[in-house]
Amino acid sequence: MTNKLTRRGLLKTGAVGGAGLALPTIFTSGANAFTNEPTGGTVTLGFNVPQSGPYADEGADELRAYMLAVEHLNGEGDGGMLNTFSSKVLEGNGILGKKVEYVTGDTQTKSDAARASAKSMIEKDGAVMITGGSSSGVAVAVQSLCQEAGVIFMAGLTHSNDTTGKDKKANGFRHFFNAYMSGAALAPVLAKTYGTDRKAYHLTADYTWGWTQEESIMAATEALGWETVQAVKTPLSATDFSSYITPVLQTDADVLILNHYGGNMVNSLTNAVQFGLREKVVNGKNFEIVVPLFSRLMARGAGENVKGILGSTNWHWSLQDEGSQAFVKSFGTKYGFPPSQAAHTCYVQTLLYADAVARAGSFNPCAVGEALEGFEFDGMGNGPTLYRAEDHQCFKDVLVVRGKENPTSEFDLLEVVEVTPVGQVTYAPDHPMFAGGALGSCNPGA
Amino acid sequence: MDAIILQILNGLDKGSAYALIALGLTLIFGTLGVVNFAHGALFMIGAFCAVTLNKLLNLSVETVDPTRTDFLGNPLKVKTPYVENWFGPEFGHAIIDWSVPLAILFSIPIMIAIGFIMERGLIKHFYRRPHADQILVTFGLAIVLQELIKHYYGANPIQTPAPDAFRGSFDFGAMLGFDPNTIIYPYWRMIYFAFAAVIIGGVFAFLQFTTFGMVVRAGMADRETVGLLGINIDKRFTIMFGLAAAVAGLAGVMYAPINSPNYHMGMDFLVLSFVVVVVGGMGSLPGAVLAGFLLGILESFASMNEIKSILPGIDQIIIYVAAIIILLTRPRGLMGRKGVMED
Repeated sequence: MTNKLTRRGLLKTGAVGGAGLALPTIFTSGANAFTNEPTGGTVTLGFNVPQSGPYADEGADELRAYMLAVEHLNGEGDGGMLNTFSSKVLEGNGILGKKVEYVTGDTQTKSDAARASAKSMIEKDGAVMITGGSSSGVAVAVQSLCQEAGVIFMAGLTHSNDTTGKDKKANGFRHFFNAYMSGAALAPVLAKTYGTDRKAYHLTADYTWGWTQEESIMAATEALGWETVQAVKTPLSATDFSSYITPVLQTDADVLILNHYGGNMVNSLTNAVQFGLREKVVNGKNFEIVVPLFSRLMARGAGENVKGILGSTNWHWSLQDEGSQAFVKSFGTKYGFPPSQAAHTCYVQTLLYADAVARAGSFNPCAVGEALEGFEFDGMGNGPTLYRAEDHQCFKDVLVVRGKENPTSEFDLLEVVEVTPVGQVTYAPDHPMFAGGALGSCNPGA
Repeated sequence: MDAIILQILNGLDKGSAYALIALGLTLIFGTLGVVNFAHGALFMIGAFCAVTLNKLLNLSVETVDPTRTDFLGNPLKVKTPYVENWFGPEFGHAIIDWSVPLAILFSIPIMIAIGFIMERGLIKHFYRRPHADQILVTFGLAIVLQELIKHYYGANPIQTPAPDAFRGSFDFGAMLGFDPNTIIYPYWRMIYFAFAAVIIGGVFAFLQFTTFGMVVRAGMADRETVGLLGINIDKRFTIMFGLAAAVAGLAGVMYAPINSPNYHMGMDFLVLSFVVVVVGGMGSLPGAVLAGFLLGILESFASMNEIKSILPGIDQIIIYVAAIIILLTRPRGLMGRKGVMED
């Protein structure tokens, strides 16, 4: 039998070959069982953090935590939380014996830039897992990309209900708490501190996180008897909030709730204090300001204005449990200052991913996801924690914090007022605030 | 009524910043014919002059306090600012407390120098190039400057408070016969407005009542004729660039306590300030000031809940809507004159 090379045959072969080559490599993995299956002695993780833009400082802290986690996974340094983690399968010899390497991407806190950098890390650098971010908009966008690409996404700092609500994906996992949990933890403390007969005025950042934060804290405070006087959306690009603050003076509200984060929070809180709201007495009560989501890095920008302000946070370096202390010691010794909550969640997510791979015995995202689903662990700074299978959300204690009156150092800005037990912040998987989406099935990308 | 008064006050301080930046932009455009997109960066650098002086005054000597520990359990290093060691705790603290007003003096030579270097080192090479080239190069320069600031100061806002004496707010309501606490206005914002008025008045007086100013105004009207009279107008225009940089810088210094400075604050003001310049009338200094205050007040009113309930989102677009209406009815802007900047 002879093979004749005909014109038609050549065209057919060329067309099929061309179509194959034209397919994005992200959706093909040759003979591998899943996307970017590690074959050599190393495994590559992709750290997608804001290295430029308004959250660059948080991104830098996340990156520090990731590098520390890689050190610990590879058996370098003092081991940090590996010594306190309840699961003991990680031995400091990389992941499944493969040395951990990493590549980084810059999300710029923009969804399109974050997707582009994640895509590049998956396609060009062979990252088997993507993690990081400091914005819910970015988290939702990158989570969706990772689902399509067939890699695991371990979310960084993302607080919107939507990340594990209507936009949840089978390949995505969140350790950080969410807006519902903030509301559920904070409202009882607010009621205890300021009473149940209060009138609240909300200023809310006009994007996914702000909407869910407003909905959550509003529902939680109204359930305790507070009345919502008005809820006003403010543009994310706003810098001077004076014209949004002054209408508060014209109402009979006696609490201002700032559903703002980052630069928005710094400026709106500063403006509110400048306009004398904290000295105001309304309805016979002292006017109060509440910031549902606090970040120590951001609080520094607001300076003395945070003193006495109540809010919630995922973790704080002053916690005295073994895990937190081990992490603070590792991080503080290496970098000279305590880690932020963003650094903590990113460090923990990296160890949790590595642990899941080790327990599953495979880097296959479906096997890893299965190992993470329903996983119960401790020793990571938040007490006993569950990675719930139904929505891939971690359930753990939530911290209610207050801006410290007499800080002893530049890092000592918040004090823990209450550790709200996990039972109080747990909700049903089909809770209306998280409705509208489905995990779907895991995608290994093969 | 009290709500209206409050929004007018809000608009005045917002308008003050717009007017000061737009004044500098107009000075540069009017004299050198350059569209300077780096002008917002000069405002930002001014604010960071206040941050820098505050940091310099807080430079400290470290002593170890064995009775206290840091976050790692090591003996606590206590920092005492040098100025408190040199001048005593009270006077030293007062110097630090007044760092923003002191930064006015600190920033003037720095801003003039930056303006001079910008003009001589880069922008003068683009005088005869199309406006598009000027926009590209100055916009690029603005990005470089803001990235430099971010590299050295970080991305987060940096708290730069006003002196203790000017914190808090004034109860206009009680003074005007309204209920107490209905019209409250921060002291520092009132100072900002007064400061802007003094700077604007000073620039106008300088241009109106000095020989130097007269030559500059003549150069703005007819550069060639002034040159033919043997006057080195380029040198004077370079000085005007330095002056415009100083005005933007001073606006930034005094703005630092209002909103914590961050590397991006210049860009936040830049586009709006250009709209102000166009609405005021290209090359018209009084027009820039008038439009600055007018658009500041309009923006403030558009943020009122009553207005937004009728026209949702109007607070985001009011300035551009106003600009469109003004330019449709007065194509040269509020105070633009025929023949000026129309070649």
